[in-house]
Amino acid sequence: MSWHTTLPLLIVLSSLIPGLIIFFLDEKQVATRITLNMASALVKLVLVGAMLWGIFQGHHYETRLPLLPGLDLVLRADPLSMLFVSLSTGLWLVTTVYAIGYLEDSPHRSRFFGFFSLCVTASVGLALAGNLLTFVLFYELLTLVTYPLVMHRGAEVARLAGRNYLIYTMGGGALLLLATVWLYSLTGTLEYTHRGFLSALDAVHHPALIVIFVLLIAGLGVKAALLPLHGWLPQAMVAPAPVSALLHAVAVVKAGAFGIVRVVYDVYGIEFAASLGVTLPLAILASATIIYGSFRALFQDDLKRRLAFSTVSQVSYVVLGVAVVGPIASIGGLVHLVHQGVQKITLFFCAGILAETLGIHKVSEMNGVGRRMPWTMTAFTIGAFGMIGAPPLAGFISKWYLGLGALDAGQNWVIFILAGSSLLNAAYFLPILYRAWFKAPPDSWPNERTFGRRETAWALLAPPVITAALTLILGLLASAPFSPLELAHYIVSQEYGP
Amino acid sequence: MTVDIVGIPWVVLLIVLPLMGGMACFLFPTISKFLGLISALAIFAAVGGLGWQMIEEGAQRYAIGGWGASLGIDLYADGLSLLMLVMAALVGLGVSVYSSAYFSREKTNHFWPLWLFLWGALNALFLSADIFNLYVTLELLGLSAVSLVALAGGADALNSAMRYLFVSLLGSLFYLLGVALLYHSFGSLDIATLAQRIEPTPAVWSAVGLMSAGLLLKTALFPMHFWLPAAHASAPAPVSALLSALVVKASFYILLRLWLDIFPLTDNSLGQLLGLLGATAVLWGSIQALRQTRLKLLIAYSTVAQLGYLFLAFPLGTSIAWKGALYMLLSHAMAKAAMFLAAGNILCFGGHDRIADLDRVAQRLPVTLIAFAVAGVSIMGLPPSGGFIAKWLLLEASMGSGQWWWVIVLILGGLLAAAYVFRVIGHAFTQAELAHEAAAVPARMEWTALMLAFAAIILGLISPAVFELMGIGNPFGGGRAG
Repeated sequence: MSWHTTLPLLIVLSSLIPGLIIFFLDEKQVATRITLNMASALVKLVLVGAMLWGIFQGHHYETRLPLLPGLDLVLRADPLSMLFVSLSTGLWLVTTVYAIGYLEDSPHRSRFFGFFSLCVTASVGLALAGNLLTFVLFYELLTLVTYPLVMHRGAEVARLAGRNYLIYTMGGGALLLLATVWLYSLTGTLEYTHRGFLSALDAVHHPALIVIFVLLIAGLGVKAALLPLHGWLPQAMVAPAPVSALLHAVAVVKAGAFGIVRVVYDVYGIEFAASLGVTLPLAILASATIIYGSFRALFQDDLKRRLAFSTVSQVSYVVLGVAVVGPIASIGGLVHLVHQGVQKITLFFCAGILAETLGIHKVSEMNGVGRRMPWTMTAFTIGAFGMIGAPPLAGFISKWYLGLGALDAGQNWVIFILAGSSLLNAAYFLPILYRAWFKAPPDSWPNERTFGRRETAWALLAPPVITAALTLILGLLASAPFSPLELAHYIVSQEYGP
Repeated sequence: MTVDIVGIPWVVLLIVLPLMGGMACFLFPTISKFLGLISALAIFAAVGGLGWQMIEEGAQRYAIGGWGASLGIDLYADGLSLLMLVMAALVGLGVSVYSSAYFSREKTNHFWPLWLFLWGALNALFLSADIFNLYVTLELLGLSAVSLVALAGGADALNSAMRYLFVSLLGSLFYLLGVALLYHSFGSLDIATLAQRIEPTPAVWSAVGLMSAGLLLKTALFPMHFWLPAAHASAPAPVSALLSALVVKASFYILLRLWLDIFPLTDNSLGQLLGLLGATAVLWGSIQALRQTRLKLLIAYSTVAQLGYLFLAFPLGTSIAWKGALYMLLSHAMAKAAMFLAAGNILCFGGHDRIADLDRVAQRLPVTLIAFAVAGVSIMGLPPSGGFIAKWLLLEASMGSGQWWWVIVLILGGLLAAAYVFRVIGHAFTQAELAHEAAAVPARMEWTALMLAFAAIILGLISPAVFELMGIGNPFGGGRAG
């Protein structure tokens, strides 16, 4: 066992083991729990940093453990997995800080943080998965460990949301498993390969491959909240804010989108998928989801629900970028995996702060909130502008590459989707900003808590400020070395290169 | 023949130890708990010894008294027997520790001798090399199991124990008739000898039919499962665990042995029939489980469903399918034992097992609840667990042989299992304060349930090693394995 064969495993274990320990801590052992949480988040960050550095030095990291006769559990670092791993690990750290602040004094914290750690374990695991079986394994694990988080509040609505979440994701998982077994019976391998491992298969099997593709997309589309499988996501909004942040930006929704990227690139191969004729329907489905999600968001008064529909829309950018079949659009889609995460997590952090500090849950209650909480609303504003795609923020970079790429690939209709969606984004975000900054505040807030001279607890405020700054930096320094854009370029050059 | 330090082979020790232990418990009731636990540990160690010996030397055959087959009694242990013994030892140890805290003083005295006899019968069954010995051990197993069910006391338990007794005797009787037919036709009871002499005659077909019917009745394959839910649900919790985890597997084991070695199966129609019944069992059992209002009945119906999976291997018949079925058998044993023990804790704490009113109980026993949930992961066949490995192998075998309809059963069965497992787990998430009342249920009862549940998960990570053990002596080499 050398460093190169253990590092991926260590990255997974760095949150798995603390998570399991946390379950057995007493509610009152607050200091131990916080130390464990923060230590594991930091250790994971350091390990991922080391791995990222190694990848750029040309090292290979792979852990391979026998799992089944003829099939291994493979954890491997490649540029695409690094993109997702870095995102999850980085955002997990800030979300942990936020969650510690958010859940102060609430019951069941050991249970919460235990599952919280397992959740990031699952998403890092599926990011590093080197074959489809490993992916399925962690994908199902993710379902199991996020369910208690969605149900965490225990109220009747939460139980209902949890039940629906389970029905959707279990169904999706079953389809994914079915498709994976089918694929395995045809090929005898599930190992991710650049440009896919299916193109050599006899043409007799092509109809089966199309059906399998549909099954895979349906299975992954549940988590990625593709139309019409998105129903669970707005309902899951009853979960505590850190969970929403995790669901939308770090783990669940991203896992679905990431899985679709993997299937298209490393299972089917983009060219083979295009030759099967499955990419265009996928692009159309993604476009429909983009417009539908934005449209629904317009009419939500509940802030978190509005953000949820916005996620439905935004995550499909990733799918669209991949399905347009062109190198530049792909870069846009991949980089949006990170950009959307950073921006959306900022927005959810802010929504959580508003709820915790002032008792604000609805957009209509947000009049003049900018004056009461300038830092929070500044972060929110940056996140919202990023979502709209305003330069020089991160979201602009994604949309720019997507649009350019669509033209490059000769799919001009995509431009209209992008423009329409940006308009809709503006239409549902700008009124919020207008209310917050320009309307007069009410005499009293619904349920105000004071934190001395600060606008809110620092553990709540620091995370969105950091991620908002990151949104700006990712936009301004998009072509710096080690940036997500740089990684996306590298990934795409492998998929489309000579 | 390698012998251990006291000069007795491990295979013999595995039968003698529990029987001696049972006798000792019977003779010295005041210290029966102590004697029982010592015996459990000793048996566990002996299984370890046999495993070690088999890894070194391969399959073991031992003729008791040196008489040899056809006159004397042969014991035979290959990878398949070993896994069964290990399964019995793991579950047995867990249940023993659990029971040392579960039973009242008076019942303890009855429990230990019966349980150790049952264990001895199980071990002997897994080590028997001839079909008549299998009958004897099966009968002994059935009788001790029935007595254990009756241990709960009360009209309900006695009723289901009576029904169980009747079914058990009927099943053994059918089996015995088949044995007689085979002995009459071929003049041997030894499995290996029979395997060489067997030929498809009407007498053999009748024997196959009779033996299968008897064994299927005892394994509670749909539609012969009618006795199981009542018997398993009304027994005391540790006994329910033993029945669901081990006892029903014993008759399946015999069926498997006969199928692999003796039954001439030129055409596959019987296999298809068994598969069909298994599939029905999976769906019917799961739906029934979903409809139950009592936790123990839910778990018992889940056993009916999970046993159905084992029979999906028969129409497939490939070595992957057998591996899948056996893995299902192993992981179900761990997970189901954990579930019944957890249910026992809930019953012990709350005084009832009505699912609708579980909220307050589940909140107070987090360790028990975790045990139930973790075991549930394996029952649902989700990763990482032994149940997932089993399901994957069965799926792979079905796809590989083009019999895709079993795939639908496997997937649907998993979803239904998720539905009934989460029906219970959902009760943990209420707004009540989570409070662990340490003294309410003895810690070792909570932790044995959890350990068994973890065993089901760990099975999901070590399958290559398990298959290596299973391959000793090549149990799937003959017959129809491919």
